Amino acid sequence: MIQAHLPLLIPLTLLFFALLIPLFGTKVPRSAYFLALSGSFLAFLISLYGLGRVATDGAISYNMGGWAPPIGIEFILDPLSSFMMLIVTGISFLVIIYGYRVVPEEHPQTQVSYFSIVMLMLTGFSGIVLTGDLFNLYVFLEIASLASYAIVALGDKRSLVASFRYLMLGSLGSAFYLLGIGFIYFMGGSLNMKDVSQILPFISGEPAVIAGLIFVVTGIALKMALFPLHFWLPDAYSSASSVSVALLAPLGTKIGAYILIRFLYFIFEPEYVTTTVPITSIISWLSVAGIIYGSIMAIAQDDLKRMLAYSSVAQVGYIGLGVGLATPLALTGALLHIMNHSLMKAALFLVAGNLQIRIGHSNIQKFNQKLRHTMPWSMAAFSLGALSMIGIPPTAGFFSKWYLIVSAVGESQWFFVFVILLSSLLNAVYFFRVIEKVYLSPSKESLTDLPEEEEENKYAQNEVSFSMLTPTLILSACLLVIGILNYFIVNNLIDLMIPSNF
Amino acid sequence: MIEFFLGHQLYWVVSLLIVVGLYGMLVKKNLLKKVLGLNIFQSGIILFFVASASKRNATVPIVEATTKIIDSSQYINPLPHTLMLTAIVVSVSVTGVALALLIKIYQKYKTLDEELLLKQMQ
Repeated sequence: MIQAHLPLLIPLTLLFFALLIPLFGTKVPRSAYFLALSGSFLAFLISLYGLGRVATDGAISYNMGGWAPPIGIEFILDPLSSFMMLIVTGISFLVIIYGYRVVPEEHPQTQVSYFSIVMLMLTGFSGIVLTGDLFNLYVFLEIASLASYAIVALGDKRSLVASFRYLMLGSLGSAFYLLGIGFIYFMGGSLNMKDVSQILPFISGEPAVIAGLIFVVTGIALKMALFPLHFWLPDAYSSASSVSVALLAPLGTKIGAYILIRFLYFIFEPEYVTTTVPITSIISWLSVAGIIYGSIMAIAQDDLKRMLAYSSVAQVGYIGLGVGLATPLALTGALLHIMNHSLMKAALFLVAGNLQIRIGHSNIQKFNQKLRHTMPWSMAAFSLGALSMIGIPPTAGFFSKWYLIVSAVGESQWFFVFVILLSSLLNAVYFFRVIEKVYLSPSKESLTDLPEEEEENKYAQNEVSFSMLTPTLILSACLLVIGILNYFIVNNLIDLMIPSNF
Repeated sequence: MIEFFLGHQLYWVVSLLIVVGLYGMLVKKNLLKKVLGLNIFQSGIILFFVASASKRNATVPIVEATTKIIDSSQYINPLPHTLMLTAIVVSVSVTGVALALLIKIYQKYKTLDEELLLKQMQ
């Protein structure tokens, strides 16, 4: 009974709690946190159950209002969307736990509306993932984007202008997407994804379809911050507050990557986008440029959050490269990297948030060896995230890079292999800058007089509270667990997601 | 050549609107003009959908009970128009959020000029 309604239940739960929060929050502001927590936990449980059902019984489709698909709107829970849904709800649940102390501290006046907006954003994300209708996807894309502009705007002093820029470019991206589906709709006469994928082979030679595809890919590339359309990302991420950025950085760009994968391989055919209109090779070259650019810019940053934001540009490049190589193995790598990078970035941004709370800044130059004594667990989580980012074997980050390298070797794209290896080195450079400051600088005795000592004293010099530490540690522990279970995940889950027409 | 221009007036108007909108968004220094540019861009897309769905000598798709044979060439496809109703709602809310941000920015910096803003932020 409940199984048939699963695809709709996830966005509906999130939306319901988004509306419930202002209702109770105006009386008891503190209830907003617990409502958001229970809403996201419920959505997480439903996604987990949905993934289990889909893995055994196959895709579940829900017809909105009882109208059959080509006419009505369809919500689909297939292996790919249930996997994405689990990432979105799982990470957002952990990040919302983190908000227990942080959100009232960072948004004292606005915590009720803040949580409500966060839930709306998650509604948008889950709608994007689950919908089977092209125009419906646009609407959910705008819901998610509008909510994310709002939570970026609730950040530090530069956040208003950063949010405005994000809004301009984000709306431009959505507008391009809308224009693209307009072209495809007027040629094909349908908006349902399955229907369109069946119609496309008959009209794929039309210039309008090619133009539509290019508009859609441009729009999505703007949303997922694919180089050279990434310029909104560093400002928006580095000025957002720590909970916002821990939600946006892991999920926002990955949703873009998900739409790209849906579009190129599920709606269009792999053969069409690789040979007839070689858009995948353009994507992979841009991704490679993004990997190098992002890594080099990350080395140049002094602020930890800004460094992580630029590293996001590089990491989106890995996903883009996996999508662009267009082999089953590369797509496996891309999907695995969507999951791994979400976990890594969430963990790293949470550590950046811990530092912000405890030492009042996230400037790498001012980090010192005291951190390894005062915040041992946060720093351990950071190191694990950094190792995974670089791609040291038992951690999750290694395996997604491994799949990418293997498929690049299989395609004889030696330059791509070189870039992946080079960027691992660059990753090592910018993460070891931090690790060196914290772990390898001289110990206490030789650093008797630190000039910043006095200004730091107003912050408590100890580990962060339980509610902040737990999600950070769970996320970084996940990196190890997923790294070890990687074979199981690829065989049992990701293999199901690769479209059969490869 | 002339037919190429004359046969597609509508698309020329739409592309003109989109280009004007893009110009406003990317080149203008005043943030309010950027929002206007975004609006023009979105109007271009809305017009594109509405106009592409229109048909000569066709009417609204309401079938009377007396009609025996339904000739699809007599009716306009209503779907693009309904889609655009949603798109208009979306564009209004985007404009709303953008204007709210502009009010906040103006209250804080007393200017909406991008260069002056960047100077003040440093």
